[in-house]
Amino acid sequence: MDARTPFGQSYYPPIPTPFTKRMRTNLLWQLLRFVVINVKILRMVRKH
Amino acid sequence: MSRLVVLGAGIAGQTAALHARRKLGRDHEVVVVSPNSRWNWIPSNIWVGVGVMRPEQVTFPLQPVYEKTGITFVQAKAVSVHPEGRSGSPGPYVTVEQTEQGRAGETEMVPYDYLINATGPKLNFGATKGLGPSANSLSVCTYDHAAHASKALDEAVERMRKGEKQTLLVGTGHGNCTCQGAAFEYIFNVEFELRRRGVREKARIVWLSNEHELGDFGMGGMFIRRGGYVTHSRVFTESLFTERGIEWVTRAHVQEVAPGEVSFETLDGEERSLKFDFGMLLPPFSGVGLKAYDAAGGDITSRLFAANGFMLVDGDYAKKPYEEWSPDDWPKTYQSPAYPNVFAVGIAFAPPHAISKPMTSPKGTPIFPTPPRTGMPSGVMAREVAFNVVDMMTGKEKAPTRKASLAHMGAACIASAGASPLRGTAVSMTVFPIIPDFKAYPDTGRELRYTSGEIGLAGHWIKHLLHFGFIYKAKANPLWVAIPE
Repeated sequence: MDARTPFGQSYYPPIPTPFTKRMRTNLLWQLLRFVVINVKILRMVRKH
Repeated sequence: MSRLVVLGAGIAGQTAALHARRKLGRDHEVVVVSPNSRWNWIPSNIWVGVGVMRPEQVTFPLQPVYEKTGITFVQAKAVSVHPEGRSGSPGPYVTVEQTEQGRAGETEMVPYDYLINATGPKLNFGATKGLGPSANSLSVCTYDHAAHASKALDEAVERMRKGEKQTLLVGTGHGNCTCQGAAFEYIFNVEFELRRRGVREKARIVWLSNEHELGDFGMGGMFIRRGGYVTHSRVFTESLFTERGIEWVTRAHVQEVAPGEVSFETLDGEERSLKFDFGMLLPPFSGVGLKAYDAAGGDITSRLFAANGFMLVDGDYAKKPYEEWSPDDWPKTYQSPAYPNVFAVGIAFAPPHAISKPMTSPKGTPIFPTPPRTGMPSGVMAREVAFNVVDMMTGKEKAPTRKASLAHMGAACIASAGASPLRGTAVSMTVFPIIPDFKAYPDTGRELRYTSGEIGLAGHWIKHLLHFGFIYKAKANPLWVAIPE
């Protein structure tokens, strides 16, 4: 985010908070997401 | 005895050949024709392109796999299809040109009873002046190209270490490119590597693409549930670009790549240029240029192939406006309407139209992505076509019964955003169906329960798992069939 440059392309997009960024590489949370994403993919595979 | 010939040994060709071989008795023959002696897990080429993998880690020799499975391998490039045979030669055949060392250039006739065209694309660098590794830009489309790109990246890093500022440009090299996902993965891996090597502050990184907005990926983007809202993938993607400090230029058709400078036209008709020190721009795809001839030697290429060189199958190719596009336009069995023993899968089949809305600049230049049809969908359609062909070869069915339309199929895509076992991330996306269906899902065109996207380390682990899993599968190692397409 570049709040000092109004109307620029990086002015508007949402930016992750430090907590969100930490969770992206938090081992416990990512182990859980690993399971969840794999289940989602397998559901997709089973649909065909 | 019947003979199935598979042209191409990529994801689709290998899947079709292995499944057909598994299902057919030894009284039938399966032949694979491929100009390459090695199989390449293309999704990992982006890691070769930033130096975290070597070409040997994303490839393996095909011959031992075919010896083990009982598939005949012809290392050659298919040149023409003769679906009616010719006078004095009763059956259909393919003319091929050998690429094996010592026999290069020799031509040969390969007869078939059934033909699956899985040749993939021609990397059409010639469509844009100065585009490609033999001219003024880099590519990650093949493992050789990717290794070359990695070397160029190392050189750019060295210049940055000496204090020079560098502009790194990544994206698409033509207004009708597809596979934006590969360029997306590459730019984020480059950014991650520059941080890892401690030179990120010396780099200006710019994305240049033919997408109307970020997050289009050639499929009109997708809507996902996020934070209590349904949002377009554009929001998610712009957030990621902004977070990593990557600038973007969209709606661009590259006209020329000169040494260190790219010229492009935008959808609003503006002509612009951008100087760069490192430029990886993907080429547009076309068919590989197969010709077709009837029994009398007459050219029937236009009966089998669309003008862009991709093979016509059972899609609805009637030209119609975007508002009239329907999921039913998309092929279901991938059978040639001209010759029922000929099929095309993966990138080789001609899509009936784009998925993203076609847009044209005031000068008449089409600037929009063509549809992606790689990876998971490619494997699924290859498997279903192989099963149909097996049923027809063994006399179980007279026509294809299994269907694999992209309009009724989902896809999962794991896009790497940095390779590291503990600090890496990847975007994990699922989408269903690939072709939006606004009758079934009036608001978003897709089933929100099965359409999702998130970034995290788990995605990187999955991408790594897929790398090893699919190479294992393509080698036809024990229980390979248990790994889904």
